[in-house]
Amino acid sequence: MSAATAEHPVVRVAVPQRSLASELRAVRIVWRRELIRYRTDRMRMITTLVQPLLFLFVLGAGLNRLSRAGTHGVDLTTFIYPGILAISVLFTAMFSAASIVWDREFGFLREMMVAPVRRSSIVIGKCLGGATVASIQGVIVICLAGAVNVPYNPVMIIEVFALQLLLAFSITAFGVMVAVRIKQMQSFMGVMQMIITPMFFISGALFPVSGLPTWLGVLNRFDPLAYAVDPMRRIVFSHLSLSPLARASLDSGITWFGWRVPTLVEAAAVVVLGLIMLAIAIVEFSTTD
Amino acid sequence: MAVEETHDGPATPAGPATPGGATAAPDGPATPTGTATPTGTATPTGTATPTGTATPTGMATPTGTATPTGTATPTDTSGAAPPSSRAGGGAAPAIEVRELVKSFGEVRAVRGVSFEVAIGEVFGFLGPNGAGKTTTINMLCTLTRPSAGEALVAGHDVVRERDDVRRNIGLVFQDPTVDGYLTAAQNLQLHAELYGVRSDLVRPRMRQVLEMVGLWERRGTAVSTFSGGMRRRLEIARGLMHSPRVLFLDEPTIGLDPQTRRSIWSYIRELKEQEEITIFMTTHYMDEAEWCDRIAIMDHGEIVALDSPEALKASVGTDRVTIQTDDNEAAIAALRSQFGLDAKLSEGAVTIAVAGGAQFVPHLFDEWDPSHPPIRGVSVSRPTLDDVFMSYTGTTIRDAEEDQSRHRNRVMMQMMGGGRR
Repeated sequence: MSAATAEHPVVRVAVPQRSLASELRAVRIVWRRELIRYRTDRMRMITTLVQPLLFLFVLGAGLNRLSRAGTHGVDLTTFIYPGILAISVLFTAMFSAASIVWDREFGFLREMMVAPVRRSSIVIGKCLGGATVASIQGVIVICLAGAVNVPYNPVMIIEVFALQLLLAFSITAFGVMVAVRIKQMQSFMGVMQMIITPMFFISGALFPVSGLPTWLGVLNRFDPLAYAVDPMRRIVFSHLSLSPLARASLDSGITWFGWRVPTLVEAAAVVVLGLIMLAIAIVEFSTTD
Repeated sequence: MAVEETHDGPATPAGPATPGGATAAPDGPATPTGTATPTGTATPTGTATPTGTATPTGMATPTGTATPTGTATPTDTSGAAPPSSRAGGGAAPAIEVRELVKSFGEVRAVRGVSFEVAIGEVFGFLGPNGAGKTTTINMLCTLTRPSAGEALVAGHDVVRERDDVRRNIGLVFQDPTVDGYLTAAQNLQLHAELYGVRSDLVRPRMRQVLEMVGLWERRGTAVSTFSGGMRRRLEIARGLMHSPRVLFLDEPTIGLDPQTRRSIWSYIRELKEQEEITIFMTTHYMDEAEWCDRIAIMDHGEIVALDSPEALKASVGTDRVTIQTDDNEAAIAALRSQFGLDAKLSEGAVTIAVAGGAQFVPHLFDEWDPSHPPIRGVSVSRPTLDDVFMSYTGTTIRDAEEDQSRHRNRVMMQMMGGGRR
């Protein structure tokens, strides 16, 4: 060993004490990594779009004739569209959360686990990254508005986008909460399918929530996704010219014991649920090795 | 020669002097074989002292070498000189481990190991798979909590000051942990951000470490296109990105081709020259262990020997004579009855440890009774670390690995049976 204490051209760096700034930096880089991965993974952009588009154009157009009697002149694709705005985010956010399981399988998670940062920074970065990626995907669906006779109204677009962002964040938090516990991709996908598909069907993305059989109506009110689909539909429909009858039967809204839940309360419910799940995810993530 | 104990921290009258390997090689740095044990918690920087980094060597028995803090009593060190030119950094060793234990249920993976690693040393952990090397390294890296005992890395306790330890260490794991979707540069960038490396230093440091491992030209390529050796090199570069004081390498060359293994070793040596970094590594390649300044031989969760490779080999004192015959059992019996030698069967050949092997062979042929199975081949080799391993554990490292898997099966059976007790 040489006496290498003298000046030499080695670039030395020092790792500072943990601070809020360093945590924010960690959040930002984890977030950025999600974006980089999304950008390089073109397949994912397409595959996660397939399902929502199938529902919108194939199911919507296919059932249009059948449903004409009940929609009071509104095209079924137009009716389904707000639901699709919500679920396009759902699938992408779920995929983002799945990356934690990938990271574990491929060992990369370990690199983040041993870093001198809080585990919460990693979870928050993940959730923000998932939310961003999902919202980008949501924007693609927003762009399709014209194809289903919805006008490109800037206010509507902003409102829809904001709601998508909240939903994407909550769903990613939910996905991360599940993913932290699961060690294998197959099981994660299985679990998510088991939870996501019923949530999607019950949410009212594909049918109006008024006049449902009692059991379905009850389930609908307990489905968190319903509180994202309902305001989404209200926002979109407020920019359509519809007959009062059509509005009443198609956009009846979720009611709690006869009280129609306002949009802001619904959005707040989505956020609060998301934050609770984020908190659980952080606790779980902090206690795993 | 004596080690000057000039640091501020209280040093100790060392634990029981341990025999074995009293001759350290003169070129092996920081391997005094005596018993001076500087303790003292991390002295603050400054106080440029000739560091008294004498560490107890020889048989680091798990029970011995307790180091109660006391007054400095430098005792004799008959080994090589510790490098005395290391200014700053304090006199505390890079790694200090006392009675470290890790149990998984009833299985005691690590059974009370104690050792110290001096600053700037390349320290190797050698042993068969399942000997407890990775468990020990995981405890030192704060990835696993010790069941008992204490360990200080870069002056910080691995349990109480996890974060401080993490900021000061670099890790290269046995399994790959780079992100294949990102480019080499993005992987390093991510690491730098997680460790809070100053933004304006990220780029120059990245260039430095990537050039060292020969990947600077490939920095913009996605890691998924890299070969196994390139990934490992990238991991080493990443582990160095934040200028750690101690770099942990868990089997850094496992599964790599000889050429890549050689180049990885040349980086490690270069590192030692340039960065004053302490390197702690595990390996089960005997030939690689030769490159370490000191090695600890681990078997069944215990350190059975600890010294410089040269000293360990010298301590064997015998050469290895290997004989091929058609009937090994008969040959072993013949060697015992006729020559009074204790021969063993290892890796399919009869092996004898004798002093002066080259002189022994003609003698053997002269005296070999025609009634014994004929000798088909013979080879004599100077002691290697494999012989060291054999002399301390009674088996070769490869045989030990086979045993280990058998032992594991047995433990599994016991555990399954024990569940119903």
